[in-house]
Amino acid sequence: MSLALPAPDMDRAITRISHEILERNSGSESITLLGIPTRGAHLAARIAAKIEAIEGKAVQCGTLDITLHRDDLRMRPPRALMPTTIPALGVENRSVILVDDVLFSGRTIRAALDALGEIGRPAAVQLAVLIDRGHRQLPIRADYVGKNLPTSLSQIIKVQFTELDGVDEVTLEEGNA
Amino acid sequence: MTTSYVIKGAVLPHGAKSDIAIADGLITQMAPDLNIPGATVVNAANAIVLPGLVDLHTHLREPGKEDAETVLSGSQAGVRGGYVALSAMANTSPVADTAGVVEQVFRLGQIAGLLDVFPIGAVTKGLEGLELAEIGAMADSAARVRVFSDDGHCVFDPLVMRRALEYVKKFDGVIAQHAQEPRLTQGSQMNEGFVSSQLGLKGWPAIAEEAIIARDVLLADHVQARLHICHLTTAGGVEIIRWAKQRGIQVTAEVTPHHLLLTDELARSYDPVYKVNPPLRTESDVMALREALADGTIDIVATDHAPHPAESKECEWQEASFGMLGLETALSIINKTMVETKLMDWSGVAERMSITPARIARYENHGREIAVGAPANLTVMNPTKTYRVDRDLVASRSRNTPFHGMELPGVVLATFFNGKLSFESKQP
Amino acid sequence: MRHLLSIADLSATQAIQILDTAEELSRVSDGPMKKLPTLRGRTIVNLFAEDSTRTRISFEAAAKRLSADVINFSAKGSSVSKGESLKDTAQTLQAMGADAVIIRHSASGAAQRLADSQWMTGSVINAGDGTHEHPSQALLDAFTIRKNLVRGGNDLTGIRVAIVGDIIHSRVARSNVLLLTKLGAHVTLVAPPTLLPAGVESWPVTVAYDFDSVIADVDVVMMLRIQLERMSEMFFPNVREYSHYFGLNRDRLKMMRPNAIVMHPGPMNRGLEITADSADSARSVILQQVTNGVTVRMAILYLLLAGSQESGAQV
Repeated sequence: MSLALPAPDMDRAITRISHEILERNSGSESITLLGIPTRGAHLAARIAAKIEAIEGKAVQCGTLDITLHRDDLRMRPPRALMPTTIPALGVENRSVILVDDVLFSGRTIRAALDALGEIGRPAAVQLAVLIDRGHRQLPIRADYVGKNLPTSLSQIIKVQFTELDGVDEVTLEEGNA
Repeated sequence: MTTSYVIKGAVLPHGAKSDIAIADGLITQMAPDLNIPGATVVNAANAIVLPGLVDLHTHLREPGKEDAETVLSGSQAGVRGGYVALSAMANTSPVADTAGVVEQVFRLGQIAGLLDVFPIGAVTKGLEGLELAEIGAMADSAARVRVFSDDGHCVFDPLVMRRALEYVKKFDGVIAQHAQEPRLTQGSQMNEGFVSSQLGLKGWPAIAEEAIIARDVLLADHVQARLHICHLTTAGGVEIIRWAKQRGIQVTAEVTPHHLLLTDELARSYDPVYKVNPPLRTESDVMALREALADGTIDIVATDHAPHPAESKECEWQEASFGMLGLETALSIINKTMVETKLMDWSGVAERMSITPARIARYENHGREIAVGAPANLTVMNPTKTYRVDRDLVASRSRNTPFHGMELPGVVLATFFNGKLSFESKQP
Repeated sequence: MRHLLSIADLSATQAIQILDTAEELSRVSDGPMKKLPTLRGRTIVNLFAEDSTRTRISFEAAAKRLSADVINFSAKGSSVSKGESLKDTAQTLQAMGADAVIIRHSASGAAQRLADSQWMTGSVINAGDGTHEHPSQALLDAFTIRKNLVRGGNDLTGIRVAIVGDIIHSRVARSNVLLLTKLGAHVTLVAPPTLLPAGVESWPVTVAYDFDSVIADVDVVMMLRIQLERMSEMFFPNVREYSHYFGLNRDRLKMMRPNAIVMHPGPMNRGLEITADSADSARSVILQQVTNGVTVRMAILYLLLAGSQESGAQV
């Protein structure tokens, strides 16, 4: 197991993503952050807190569960649904920023785009991830990336948050290929 | 020329060991270590020999439902179970309510030739409970019917029941009552109690059996006639029979093997193989029935062998027919429930499964003590050997045994009917 | 979980999982677009061997919102009512490739027979079998109770429920007794002694014959339908007497606790077990039950059918 992103680096990456989001969207007025549960939702909350600290006002932030739109449902036992919470201003004509911890095949994001389409029609959709580990299977790319981490398919990336795991860090483990 | 046999090494019901020689339909010699030249030896080491079993309650389905059972297939099932006489219930199609039908069934039994088939005559025409069937004609027929029953239906009209009880006194007959108060059991599916309340199946309350038994023992007392109660299933019914016998009322009662072993908990599967009338009751009823059979309150074991074709059981519970197979497993279930539990010994089994049923029905060549000169109607069984019940291997034409998959103790090795070997187990 | 046959087969955790899943799904159903791709390509048969337009429509709506293909096999048009055996019907459905069969049948145990037999391999969902159970109804009732009365908990601990009426013939009552008590509620059955089954003394409930002695103490009054076709069996002298002792009316409504709610599985006999003003009162959540029925049934279909069939839902 190796430490890919220790706590200070993780915090810096989140700060940088937050600044990039504000810069690209000319502030926080038009944006809505939607984190993909479980860890994407925590990351979105972190980003929202940063943005609030920078801008001095709250940002629209919620969660978007994609389970019902997954294309791999039949491959394993049914999972519990996670909460979808759309903030007060909704998604209509907003710049929605989907937030997830790791970008891998792109299938989760494809499902998220479908799930978002059920809710409304945003003006634009952007994607923020903490780790991009490559191996894309769909034409999807992230707009904001905390760290590009080249991996082999067998490796396992674990993103940990203090509130869930007692520690902030990203580790890389060798899995069983 | 008839073959002669020697049964070697068998134990008699009361425990003595003796070889038994058989010739010309009779028991010819009994002594240790018989050696008879030319006789076929039946090895019965470790086996019990019983007077051939007599069933007072069998459904053979012929005429009318030959896909479920015939007199021949029922006879084959009977000899495998150690039976030498069956009593064919009247609910065939046409109903056995005339001399013609009972003679037909009787002759079919003789043609099959494996055991005696004694027809039971209907009490009322068409089993409808309204007018008496041709009871006298059936009694005088070649079948010489002595037992009359509307089994499947209760003779519910008290006047009809009184008349029937009185009428059969003319020839020492007996009425075998299926005790089921019809109004209290309309649409009933299983024992009324906790399990039925959970399953949402309409209950068949114990009181519906007990009320008729109570009425009928009083009627039998009043007209001084013989009454037989079919398939007793409730602890309360046992109490009434016990009371009636103490009063000197001429009542006898039977219990089925399945009511001595199975309970209504089995209905939880909704598998109609456990659907039977009267229904499987509770554990405490089972225990009361065993005790009553042991102390003689219940006189006999009768199978209520009720074959049904697959489609009558492969369906919803409430659509399914009532009834289960019984002939081939009866003796091993009595062994399991009564002998292995030390409630009864083998002479008790001989009483309850051969001697008393033959006496109730007046079957003169059956139920005799095993003695020189008696007809050679014998059942040889190994009580310790076990077997697994397999519904695909039964002799009956139907497969509706509730004991499928059970490991049961007691294998019938051989059955002798009038001195002939009517069945011999293929495994030693 | 492969089938839903009886509430008895569910653990409290599994039941809560269904309610929680329904909770999430209810947000989806509230949204502007009502169709999800989750069960695309799955075939669900509505086998209704007994008339029940409401339950059939509710399951059909649930299945369609999850994009399943729905085939309706209803009593009127089918051979089930003409004596074709359940076995033949099941084998036909199997040959047609049904992934699940939602069965409503007049015979108690019909759903279990279908599931236990080798006649078909799909999931079986009991949509009401005779006088046995109606598990999806109990789940939607529990969901409705939780939504209205439970704050800060996921089960029904401490909730007091009165189920009133024809208990002996009610599959809704049987499923609700099992589910509500499993989730921590206290259930009182209120009925004339003739409409309580022998054996009820062993159920985990309190039994009362006097509605008025119970109504002021409960949080939920669940009225059951009186089936007029049973009137010939002398369970009570006449309808007027039944309504007088066991009907929900304006006077009894006034006796109820401040936040107590009125439920009914429908269809109602207005004026018999429930007066019109009771059914339409502010306490009534009867229409919510209908709405919740769809989301709860979506949750059931999702948990039974969305995942791989081999492993079933993990809780």
